[in-house]
Amino acid sequence: MARTLKLRIWRGDDKTGGLQDVTVEANHGEVVLDIIHRVQATQMGDLAVRWNCKAGKCGSCSMEINGKPRLACMTQVAAYPEDETITITPLRAFPVIKDLVTDVSFNFKKAMEIPSLQMPEGLKPGEPRMQQVDVERSQEFRKCIECFLCQNTCHVIRDHEENKKSFAGPRFFIRIAELDMHPLDMLRNRKKTAQEEHGLGLCNITKCCTEVCPEHIKITDNAIIPMKERVADEKYDPIRWLGSKIRRREEVL
Amino acid sequence: MQPRLGRLLLMATGVFSQGRAKISERTLRTDKWWIQPLITVGVLLSFIVYATWRAFEGAHYYAEPLISPFYSPCLSTTCVEGSSLLGTPFGHIVIFGMVLSPAFIILIFPLGFRMTCYYYRKAYFRSFWMSPPACAVAEPHAKYTGETKAPLIVNNGHRYFFYIGLVFNTLLTIDALLAFKNPQGQWGHMSIGTVVLLLNATFLWGYSASCHSCRHAIGGRLRHFSKHPFRYKAWTVVSRLNQKHQNFAWVSLIWVAFSDFFVRMVSLHPTWNKYFF
Repeated sequence: MARTLKLRIWRGDDKTGGLQDVTVEANHGEVVLDIIHRVQATQMGDLAVRWNCKAGKCGSCSMEINGKPRLACMTQVAAYPEDETITITPLRAFPVIKDLVTDVSFNFKKAMEIPSLQMPEGLKPGEPRMQQVDVERSQEFRKCIECFLCQNTCHVIRDHEENKKSFAGPRFFIRIAELDMHPLDMLRNRKKTAQEEHGLGLCNITKCCTEVCPEHIKITDNAIIPMKERVADEKYDPIRWLGSKIRRREEVL
Repeated sequence: MQPRLGRLLLMATGVFSQGRAKISERTLRTDKWWIQPLITVGVLLSFIVYATWRAFEGAHYYAEPLISPFYSPCLSTTCVEGSSLLGTPFGHIVIFGMVLSPAFIILIFPLGFRMTCYYYRKAYFRSFWMSPPACAVAEPHAKYTGETKAPLIVNNGHRYFFYIGLVFNTLLTIDALLAFKNPQGQWGHMSIGTVVLLLNATFLWGYSASCHSCRHAIGGRLRHFSKHPFRYKAWTVVSRLNQKHQNFAWVSLIWVAFSDFFVRMVSLHPTWNKYFF
C-alpha cells in the first residue's frame, strides 16, 4: 500500500444524511472508484455507488469529488496531496436515492421530449448518402457518454429547481444541435422548440458544462452557441427572417 | 459567504432543495475557485474606470497623426481640428449642462459588441453577477431567467454589434495607416505610435474574426458544407481562430486602453512618439 487516504463520504438518503470520515489504504495508480470499492469491501458493506465499465465510457460513476463533478473511475488518487482529505458526495443537482446514487430520471424524461431524426420521405434504409464534411460536426456530439456531469454542473437547474420544468440542459442541447446540423434531418422547427420548449434562452454561456465534460466535447462553443445563433436567425434577426421568407433557401443551406 | 446565509438566500432551492443530498455548504470545492472571477473583476473594473474617465475628459485624444481609438471616428463639432476622418455630423450636444464628449457618441457600439460577446458573457456572469461564480459553486440568487427577458435578451442581437464592429475595425485600420505620416502630414514615416495603432487594429480584427457570430455567418448556419466548399474552408479557419476568442478578447481590450493611453501621453509629451524613419 502506497499511502493512507483520509476520506469524507456522504451517506444518507433523500430525508437525511451527512459526511462520514473514513481512513483507507490506497495503492499507486488507483482511482477514486477503486478506493470507494475498498471502503465498500472493508468498512461500509452497504455503501451504495453506481458504476459499470471503470473505463470512463459508461458514464455511471458520476459524483462530486472535492466539490467538482467528476467520473470516479477517471480521477486519480495521486492527483490529491497526501495530507488532503478527499470529500466524496453524490451529484447535487439531482435527488439522492442512497449514498452516492442519485435519481437521474430527469434526464431520460428530457431525452424523450426531443423528436428523433426525421429522414426525407421515401428514403429507404440503406439509401441515405452523406459526405463526411456534412456530418463531422454532429459526430463530435455522438461522443457523449451520458454521464450527466454537464447537467449536474449547469447552474440553471443545479441552483434553481424550478427551472427543471422548462430547461433541457446542455446534454440535450448537443442532441438538438446534432439533429439540427444533420444534413438529412427534415424537422424544421428544432430551433423554435429549442428556444421555446427546451429553454435554450436560459443558458448564459458560463461554460461549466464544457469544463466538466469527460469526453472534452466543446458543448458551449460547438453546440449551444451555434444553436443560439440559429435561433437568432429565426427569432431575433429581422433581416435574416425577411431574407428567408423571400428566398426560401433552407433546403440549399 | 457562510453556509447558513447562503442557504437563506437560496430559500431552500438549488442544492438545498428537498430530496437532494443534505449538505450545508454551498460548495465543497477546495481549490481557489474565487481567483479567476476576482482577476476578471479587477481587470474589467480597471478598464471601465479608465475608459469612463477618458471619455469624460474629452481632451488629449489627438496628436497628429495619432488618434485615440476611444475617439475614432470623431464625429462632433467639438472634435479637435484634423481629428475628424468622416466629418462632424454632430454638433455640440449638452446634457445636464455638460458638453457631451465625442467619445460618448461612438463608444456605445464597441461597448455593445463586448457586452453581448459570448466570451464576455461568461466573464461577467461569473465574476460580477456570480451566476454562478464558478462551476459547482451555488449562486446567491433566488430566481434566474437567463437571457429570456429584458435586458439580457439583447444579447441575442450580438451579430448586429459584430457588423458595426467591422466598420469600426476598418476606421481604426485607416487610423493606423494614417500613422505612417509624420506630424507635418508627409507620408513614408513610422513611429512607435504607428506600431501601437497597427497592433490595435490587428488585435481588434482578430477579436472580430474569432467571434462566434462571425463563425456562424461565415458557414456555421449551413447544413450542407459539401455544397459550399469555400464557405466550409472559411468556416474551418474561423473555427480555429474561435478557439482563441478569449485571448483576442483580453488582448484587444487591454491594447485599446493602452493605445488611448499612449496617444494621450503623446498629446501631452510629443517626444514620446519616437520616429524610426
